[in-house]
Amino acid sequence: MRRVGRSWGRYPVTTEQVVTLLDRHAPLPQPDHGFALPIGNARSYGDSCLNDGGTLYAIRGLDRFIAFDPTTGILTCEAGVLFSDILDLVVPQGWFLPVTPGTRFITVGGAIANDVHGKNHHRAGTFGHHVLAFELLRTDGSRIRCSPDEQSDWFSATIGGLGLTGVITWATIALRRIASPWMSAESHRFANLDTFFELSQASNQDYEYTVSWIDCAAQGNALGRGLFSRANHAPNPSDAPASPPRQRIGVPVTPPLSLINPYSLRIFNWLYYHRQRKSVRHDTVHYQPFFYPLDGISDWNRIYGPKGFVQYQCVVPPTAAETTMRELVRTIGNEGGGSFLAVLKQFGAKPSCGLLSFPREGTTLALDFPLGDQRTLPLLDRLDAIVADVGGAVYPAKDARMSGPSFRKYYPSWEAFSRFIDPGLSSSFWRRVTE
Amino acid sequence: MQRVLIIGATSAIAEAVARIYAKRGARLFLWGRSSSKLQAMADDLGVRGAVAVGHASLDVNEIQEHASMLDRAWNELGGIDVLLIAHGTLPDQHQCEIAVDIALREFATNATSTIALLTLAAQRMEQAGKGSIAVISSVAGDRGRANNYLYGSAKAAVTTFLSGLRQRLSHHGVNVLTIKPGFVDTPMTRDFKKGALWAKPSAVASGIVNALDKRLSSVYLPWFWQGIMIIIRSIPESIFKRLRL
Repeated sequence: MRRVGRSWGRYPVTTEQVVTLLDRHAPLPQPDHGFALPIGNARSYGDSCLNDGGTLYAIRGLDRFIAFDPTTGILTCEAGVLFSDILDLVVPQGWFLPVTPGTRFITVGGAIANDVHGKNHHRAGTFGHHVLAFELLRTDGSRIRCSPDEQSDWFSATIGGLGLTGVITWATIALRRIASPWMSAESHRFANLDTFFELSQASNQDYEYTVSWIDCAAQGNALGRGLFSRANHAPNPSDAPASPPRQRIGVPVTPPLSLINPYSLRIFNWLYYHRQRKSVRHDTVHYQPFFYPLDGISDWNRIYGPKGFVQYQCVVPPTAAETTMRELVRTIGNEGGGSFLAVLKQFGAKPSCGLLSFPREGTTLALDFPLGDQRTLPLLDRLDAIVADVGGAVYPAKDARMSGPSFRKYYPSWEAFSRFIDPGLSSSFWRRVTE
Repeated sequence: MQRVLIIGATSAIAEAVARIYAKRGARLFLWGRSSSKLQAMADDLGVRGAVAVGHASLDVNEIQEHASMLDRAWNELGGIDVLLIAHGTLPDQHQCEIAVDIALREFATNATSTIALLTLAAQRMEQAGKGSIAVISSVAGDRGRANNYLYGSAKAAVTTFLSGLRQRLSHHGVNVLTIKPGFVDTPMTRDFKKGALWAKPSAVASGIVNALDKRLSSVYLPWFWQGIMIIIRSIPESIFKRLRL
């Protein structure tokens, strides 16, 4: 079936032939149109999950569990299984995902191909650290079983490999024990970036999950003010409310213009920062609103209007973190740009296992920018220059615009990686940054 | 604990139904053509909570095998509470117009095999005096249309057969459910352009299980197809023949 492709950022718009994979034992169908690319649930923001003019192998049809041992927490499933399906199955049995990003509507295959991270990076590293094994199906019909000990070069090329090394058919992952579906969380209001770094340093030891939201519209003494959230899985379920909150609202249509502009942004951010009256708030919250606040609003990506948006996520090394973050936030604020979703977090020191993995030790910043605003793309180029200068990197899973030279600087292993690319596979992203 | 036999188990709707029963801790027996797909599905249902999952691979058009296969399923499950017949193909109507053998083969797959299975299964269910039989028919069986009347007439045969069977078995404690899905986004319909009327297999599946739980006689899925088909059935033949629907 031919389709008009969109990723989560609704930009760029591409055309692909979609072939749904249904049987993990079957060989890959020959693409009618050019190169192919495996695609999961299309929650990557930019063009890393698109393949303009080519074929997409939709792995959502591979959505079967294969084995789960509730005594060890070892789960084997097909690559198209969603994180939400895993949570529905394992949380009642006392297990949780070892690492999860801010949406549960992603596939296991996509999580591996982007080596995703979460609020526990400083403790648990990336998703790839918890992958025990997987099978890679190549377009020539060969199958490679990969783990940290077998075909380990293929293992590290495929983790974070953007789907280019082959189709992941199944994977085995190690889950994490939990005592309840509840989180014991604290939210601290902080006045500026210095306080963020102090809070983060002080929290990383005792809290499994840390992240903060920052008001990217605040300037001067308040530069980088925000709310710092830290949490652990609640040890005891007894003090928790009876049932999880069931809220699901949606954005039913795409508004003709982006609802996000410098005015709405300033108001939203001010309200969000001042919503919390006390400087510290304690809560016991269900894991769903804690980890996936935006999953409760379907199609929230439509608020940026028909032109869509780009997300920008970068990481800068620890030595340069404080000065660079200040420079980045100031540059964004001066433009009146940025989003209501500016997120700041310190990554831990654990090296990622993928050749092209994004997470590395340092501080990461993520924001959305509406593409309807013509200042966005030049601004992001300026941010790229700042990040590249200090030896940082930008996240391909969220990117739709970084230049080839920037990518190759951020990911010096790209040439070593390209030897593992399946000759039948390619993506819009890969062509953009390497050709 | 429910004992569920599914024929045509690897179809997208049937697999989604099986997952609901697995979560309830049912015992299942799956009948389909591809043993590797059946094995993958059985493993999955086991992880999802099914107490036991058996499977066997057979083409429904091998009618002489039906009796022994049904015996095997009945024995493995120790009786059947729910029988779901879900197999089917979507024939190429044009091919059916130019080749008699294709037309008859498609009719056999979609109607004759189902009637054969229902005849044997009804004997066993009647004897047991309880349980439910559910069969996936189609809205296409409500009226023949130029672009799929081979499929439509096969489903019409199934629908009418079920209506009579329902009357007969209602005196024996066995419920017969006719399921009439509209457009469902499955591998069978992968080449169609999808619009607002298209439903997901998981949504249709929960409608089926809900109808089985309530022991309904007939159900359109999603529900709005009932209204659409009332209108389509009420158009006089003299006008209908000129329409392109």
